[in-house]
Amino acid sequence: MTETNTQTPIQTDAVIIGAGPCGLFAVFELGLNDVKCHLVDILDKPGGQCAELYPEKPIYDIPAVPVCTGTELTERLMEQIKPFNPTFHFGQMAESLSKLPDGRWKLTTDQGTIIEAKVVVVAAGGGSFMPKRPPIKGIEEYEGKSVFYAVRKKEQFRDKNIVIAGGGDSALDWALNLQPIAKRVTLVHRRDDFRAAPDSVGKMRAMVAEGKMDLKIGNFTSVIGEGGVATAITLVDDAKNSTEHPCDTILAFYGLTMKLGPVATFGINLHENLIPVNVENFETSEPTVFAIGDINAYPGKMKLILSGFHEAALMAKKAFTYIHPDRRYRFQYTTSSSDLQGKLGVDGKDAA
Amino acid sequence: MKVIMTDMEGTNHELLATEEWTVMEIIREGGIPILAQCGGSCACATCHVYVDPAWKAKLPEPNEEEVGMLDGAFDVTQDSRLACQIIFTKDLDGLVVKLAAGSV
Repeated sequence: MTETNTQTPIQTDAVIIGAGPCGLFAVFELGLNDVKCHLVDILDKPGGQCAELYPEKPIYDIPAVPVCTGTELTERLMEQIKPFNPTFHFGQMAESLSKLPDGRWKLTTDQGTIIEAKVVVVAAGGGSFMPKRPPIKGIEEYEGKSVFYAVRKKEQFRDKNIVIAGGGDSALDWALNLQPIAKRVTLVHRRDDFRAAPDSVGKMRAMVAEGKMDLKIGNFTSVIGEGGVATAITLVDDAKNSTEHPCDTILAFYGLTMKLGPVATFGINLHENLIPVNVENFETSEPTVFAIGDINAYPGKMKLILSGFHEAALMAKKAFTYIHPDRRYRFQYTTSSSDLQGKLGVDGKDAA
Repeated sequence: MKVIMTDMEGTNHELLATEEWTVMEIIREGGIPILAQCGGSCACATCHVYVDPAWKAKLPEPNEEEVGMLDGAFDVTQDSRLACQIIFTKDLDGLVVKLAAGSV
């Protein structure tokens, strides 16, 4: 499997938005139908929610798999789809979708990757994973100027008086990483206990003890400043005492949340942030655009991984007719079809 | 049995409560918008509620996992809980909770 990041339009049969379990299994079902796929995902790894929200939690309702973790499910799906050699575009958000004069689709990502395909499969789950934004009134005006949720260029923070909010790995890693170049780093967390790796916590505590970094305990509740330029933050402790801490830069790391994002602007009909589909082949209001998994809606829908797998199979059958209009659809079983076994690179003689 | 939930606008909702359901499920099935993105597996902190102090003593203490996950919530206080980790019992009939910002 390869990764690319190119400005030249990529030509493929199908582009799948979302590399969670349903997007991955769609590669399998489409692959059996001779449909080549590219996948786009905002995360830097496959698995979607299974990878981001519950990598180590058990899943008990995958047919014939009594138990597996989110990570294991992802790994097994990646192994299963290997014969079809899909191309992944990780760390990219599907930003816009437009129709080409010949009826195909042009998908552009926020990194400038352009993918042209006959079929689009939206398997975007609960939406794109984006940093949680603190529900602080007026924080928007500071975003990108004084308030940040990610570090793109470390140099941008040289000689800054930085407050880093959060208690996980991102907060601790960046506190340690920026300390040498910042004017001052103050770590702010709601409690004097950290979920981050013990090694990072130990390093942070040592720096605080040596006076190289500050640690303040309390809830980050407001930004003080003007015109997007912060001068301080407010911290509130358990006893509701409020204190101000001068700073010019705030980095907030509270984890990720799912937002529908640009899919809402693709021109597909939406209902309560979900994409209505028909139950015959999970096509949306736009022919050749499908939606499978948690993001779709139809009567009786259950948001289960297994529902998404079923939807992928029916979607692929219809997608085949768009990609290969000259061919007759042939229903086959992987157990007995030498054609399918050839695609999977197996000989089908021995299951042991 | 019921749970009384105050939403972000300050409106109280009396929700039908069922034993052994989580408070997150009671809110969700009561038709009140709540993010609860991970579906109740204590993995996202988007079902953050404040338990009325009068009811706190009736609830078992949050476990370490829940306390850790609350790091991903905002304006966390001593009354903060993840609704998906509160299991409703008869003793909690009339439980009063308030939805926190960041959970809708």
